[in-house]
Order: sequence, then C-alpha cells, then structure tokens
Amino acid sequence: MTLEIILFILFALIGAASGVLMITRKNPVMSALFLILNFAALAGVYLLLNAQFIAVVQIIVYAGAIMVLFLFVIMLLRPDAEISILRTNPLLKYVAIGVGVLVFAQLIYLIFFFKPLNITPSDVAERIQIGTVENIGTEIYTKYIIPVQVAGFLLLSATIGALVLAKKKFE
Amino acid sequence: MIPVEYYLVLSAFMFTTGVIGVLIRRNAIVLFMSIELMLNSANLTFVTFASFLGDSAGQVFIFFVMTVAAAEAAVGLAIMIALFRNKQTLNADEVNVLKW
Repeated sequence: MTLEIILFILFALIGAASGVLMITRKNPVMSALFLILNFAALAGVYLLLNAQFIAVVQIIVYAGAIMVLFLFVIMLLRPDAEISILRTNPLLKYVAIGVGVLVFAQLIYLIFFFKPLNITPSDVAERIQIGTVENIGTEIYTKYIIPVQVAGFLLLSATIGALVLAKKKFE
Repeated sequence: MIPVEYYLVLSAFMFTTGVIGVLIRRNAIVLFMSIELMLNSANLTFVTFASFLGDSAGQVFIFFVMTVAAAEAAVGLAIMIALFRNKQTLNADEVNVLKW
C-alpha cells in the first residue's frame, strides 16, 4: 500500500459517504455542508490526478462561491420541514432503488466491458506538466479563446437573469 | 499508480447518488444540490481522462462545466426566491400550475 493508494481510499470514502449523507439528511443546511465536504474530498482526488489548478479552483469556486450562495438562500428562505416523499409514497423507494441500480450497472458495464481506447498511463512528468496554471492558462487564452468568450457572455446573461428574476415585482 | 477504473467507479457511484437524490427528495434546493453532485462526478471523469491520456482538453472543459454550474445556480436560486415569494413553499410537488 503506497501513500497514493491510502490517500485515494481516504478521499474516495469521504466523497462517497458525504454524497450519500447529503441526499439522506432532512435538514437542507446539513445537506449543503455535506456537499461542501464532498467537494473538498473531490479536490483531494484531483490533486492525486496531478490537476493542481483544478483542485484549487474546485475549492474556491464550488466549495466557496457556489455553496455560499446555496447556504445563503437556504437561510434566507427558511423552508418548512420537508415531508419525506418516501413516507407519503412508499412505492417510490423501490422505483428509486431500481433506477439507481440500473444507472450504476450501466456505468459499471461501460467502465469494465467497453474499452475502445487502449489507455496507457502517461508518465508522471507529463501529467504534472498538463495540470499547471501556466499550461491551462495558455490553452484557455489561445486555443479555447472563443469558448471562453461565450462562457463570459453566459455568466453575464445569468447575472442579469438572476437580478431580473429576484426582483420584487415583475413589470 | 492507481488504475483508471478506480476513479471511474468513484465517479459512477457519485453520479448514481445524484440520480437517487433527485428521485427521493422534494426540497427544490436539495434537488439542485443533487444536480451539482452529478456535474461534479462528470468533472471527475474529465480530469481522470485528461490525466491518463495526457491531454489538457479535459481540464479546460472543467472550466466550462463550472461556468454553466455557476450560471445555473445563480438563475435557479433566483427562481427559487421568486417562487418562495409567491407560493411560500419550496416543495417541488406543490409547484404544479404548469401541469394539467
């Protein structure tokens, strides 16, 4: 057992467990906190994959900005306690389990029995090279400049849309 | 060296968790958080293949996924505020005026 395997198991267990806890907690604030834990564990997995910049952005943008927005809205609205749909409609439990098993089985089938690509792991020096800020910045501002502009426009329209939707009165 | 399948199975498990979350929860904000979980499992797959194939396109793609997730969160939560102002509920089953 190398340190890499131990760290991977640790982060994977935290990620998987916090995901399950996220969908089973009644209190939405607890759900949001477990989702933040999940994002932090994912950032650790990204570090194991030598994607340093993505790991940092994951913490800053997802665990920081987006989840603060979620927590703010939960605390602003204070929704009344959720009546579990599993209690009002017990049949749905079996439907959810069935769909979950089906989706998971499909993904596992794809992963293990369908290999169009012969993946030969790239060497570590190359993997570290592609994850640096320098390399990703160069790629974004040269090869992917038009998609970046489109993404910026999307964010602008989302900002305007959020302002219009959250206004007190519609004209 | 961890095999590529380990990362993919973790990603598949998180995606399934998100799907089940969308099915069993009725709080609209928690539905949103389940969708974020699914987006993140897709991100994990992107990073895995970017790393294992030695191609940075996968890592660049994550920025666009994050942009869309941020835009979705901003607009969606604004819709939820407007909804709560009109109906005083966040239960997705009670919001059915467009259903017939």
